Amino acid sequence: MSETLVKVEGVSKKFCRSLKKSLWYGLQDLGREITGRRHGGNGELRPDEFWAVKDVSFELKRGECLGLIGRNGAGKTTLLRMLNGLIKPDTGRIELRGRVGALIALGAGFNPILTGRENIYVNASVLGLSKHEIDEKLTAIIDFAEIGEFIDSPVQNYSSGMQVRLGFAIAAVLDPDILVLDEVLAVGDAGFRSKCYNRIGMLQKEAAVIFVSHNMEHIARICSKVVAMIEGSCTISHTPVEGIQLYEKENLAIIGNDNPCLTVAPPFLSARVRILNPHMYWNDPLDILVQINSECMMEDLNLYGLLYASNGSVAISFVSTKRTNININQGMNVLRVHIKNIPLASGQYSLGLTLHPPENIAHILWSYKEHRITVEGGIPGFSACRLAADISVDYGFVDKK
Amino acid sequence: MSELPVTIYTPESSLASPGKMVREMFADLAAGRELAWRLAVRDIQAQYRQAFLGFLWAFILPVANTLAWLFLTGAGIVTVSSTSLPYPVYVFSGTMLWAIFMDALNSPLQQANAAKGMLAKLNFPREALIVSGIYQTLFNAGIKLALVLVAIAVLGVLPGWRALLIPLGVMSLILVGTAVGVLITPVGLLYTDVGKAVPLLMQFLMYVTPVVFPMPKEGWAATLFAVNPLTPVLVTARDWLTGQTPEFLGYFLLVNLATVSLLLAVWIVYRLAMPILIERMSA
Repeated sequence: MSETLVKVEGVSKKFCRSLKKSLWYGLQDLGREITGRRHGGNGELRPDEFWAVKDVSFELKRGECLGLIGRNGAGKTTLLRMLNGLIKPDTGRIELRGRVGALIALGAGFNPILTGRENIYVNASVLGLSKHEIDEKLTAIIDFAEIGEFIDSPVQNYSSGMQVRLGFAIAAVLDPDILVLDEVLAVGDAGFRSKCYNRIGMLQKEAAVIFVSHNMEHIARICSKVVAMIEGSCTISHTPVEGIQLYEKENLAIIGNDNPCLTVAPPFLSARVRILNPHMYWNDPLDILVQINSECMMEDLNLYGLLYASNGSVAISFVSTKRTNININQGMNVLRVHIKNIPLASGQYSLGLTLHPPENIAHILWSYKEHRITVEGGIPGFSACRLAADISVDYGFVDKK
Repeated sequence: MSELPVTIYTPESSLASPGKMVREMFADLAAGRELAWRLAVRDIQAQYRQAFLGFLWAFILPVANTLAWLFLTGAGIVTVSSTSLPYPVYVFSGTMLWAIFMDALNSPLQQANAAKGMLAKLNFPREALIVSGIYQTLFNAGIKLALVLVAIAVLGVLPGWRALLIPLGVMSLILVGTAVGVLITPVGLLYTDVGKAVPLLMQFLMYVTPVVFPMPKEGWAATLFAVNPLTPVLVTARDWLTGQTPEFLGYFLLVNLATVSLLLAVWIVYRLAMPILIERMSA
């Protein structure tokens, strides 16, 4: 059961930025196509065009799952549409073996006036099932979608969640050899999501799966390989960890542009922040030095620190306790900040640090994303903060409670 | 384990291997049959479920047209040379048949436009859209024909044994309409100009086809009417409908033969165009 089902070789696709030109090129392409010439010319770009996907290659066997990650506009969807045969590649070759099932557009083709039952027949036919197959699977679909009596009401009376559930239920009864998933797991409530996972897990055993998500937890959990797309080109990693790190690094480059700054307010004259160990291992201590030149004495300052994950969310925060509240003298001061351990998942984080007087939010020192730390060890994804748990097992003893 | 079907996508035009392309065309047509039926049933149900007047919409327009022409001639605003049939029968059957032709002609572009969302996201046999449109046209044509037959019978015209040929005449109208409709679909999907220009052109075409006027006997107009390939199609359908001997049987057969080859050609263009159009639709 390990034949190669998906083979993508040097596939590229160009797109056009201007609508007028895009339509005109469309007409030209139409002319070329009808006269039997190849699509996309010889790989040159016409004015206003750019490569949406550039030279992507990978292979996928049955039972494998490929995670496709990248920022918005990196070309993931375009690649999926080529794999699904909706649009032609401009260069390269795509070879697919077996039935392709795409969970991309859930409920596309639903007619709002018709009932859920009628729409099941239409939608399933669009996905390529025969009437006989649909009859067989009808109950399974209705059960899976959990829409109960609503099945005979027009779909326009459904909540958006119900529509998506019905769409997923229909698409999920297909038994594809190649399964393409485009962020469909983000739908529905927790209970339904877990059902979706289980269903996909079942399909995955028998199929080659291509999975697009921004959720690194999902990627880390499901995928065996990762293709990280950056502005159309791709890098293949054979472990999800590598791929995710690549993606996070690129994301960080973007955050880097998120105007990092160091501001000081009187009575501080100048300040400098330095991380002593910017490369660390999971659960290592973190040491930060803060040099401050102050005009006068300041007492009882509070220090707050944050570590931002590469997606911009706050991964962890630290705060000075009463016992260590800070007193600053006139002239030069050096603050040594020591945090005993940083239980962060591997990845890159940037530091935010503020100093302010007690009961006052105005900070007199603010270092925002000036410095980064890199944490290694531990699987990324799941959650940013990763605590160590000590586990012991008792045998032959039953806890009465 | 059975051999898995292999699908290959490359930039090459599928015209490069014509044999394979033709096989795929007919395979897709067969694969899309059931889907076409579903889509047609869906659209017809939805259309009539949401309309208070329901089936009336299938023939309100041609009926209104007929009434307008009966008024124009009756009031003497327009004079029409005498027709072999009573004028009301002539104009009513003409506008109804013309309406069937127009339905068939508009349907491919309409279907493709309505299905844009599906086309952009799902891979299904694109032929199903055309076939679904034909089913719907046939359904509406059935309603129209029933009405015409009743109306002309009331006016004293019966088709006799030629009634058996009526389906053939109607199929021919739908064939020609579909071929032209599929022809304009690729460009029509890119540029909305096409959808706007078609009614204009068709209006003009209607007046050089013996729909509401009989054929002029002489002059350049007579040549224009006679050359117009729609003339034999419409006239033959009407002759069968009203139990007359068809005037242009030879030309009728010729036009139908030519249309079948046209339909094949535009079908190929439609298939080739779809990926390119989809790329531009959502670009």
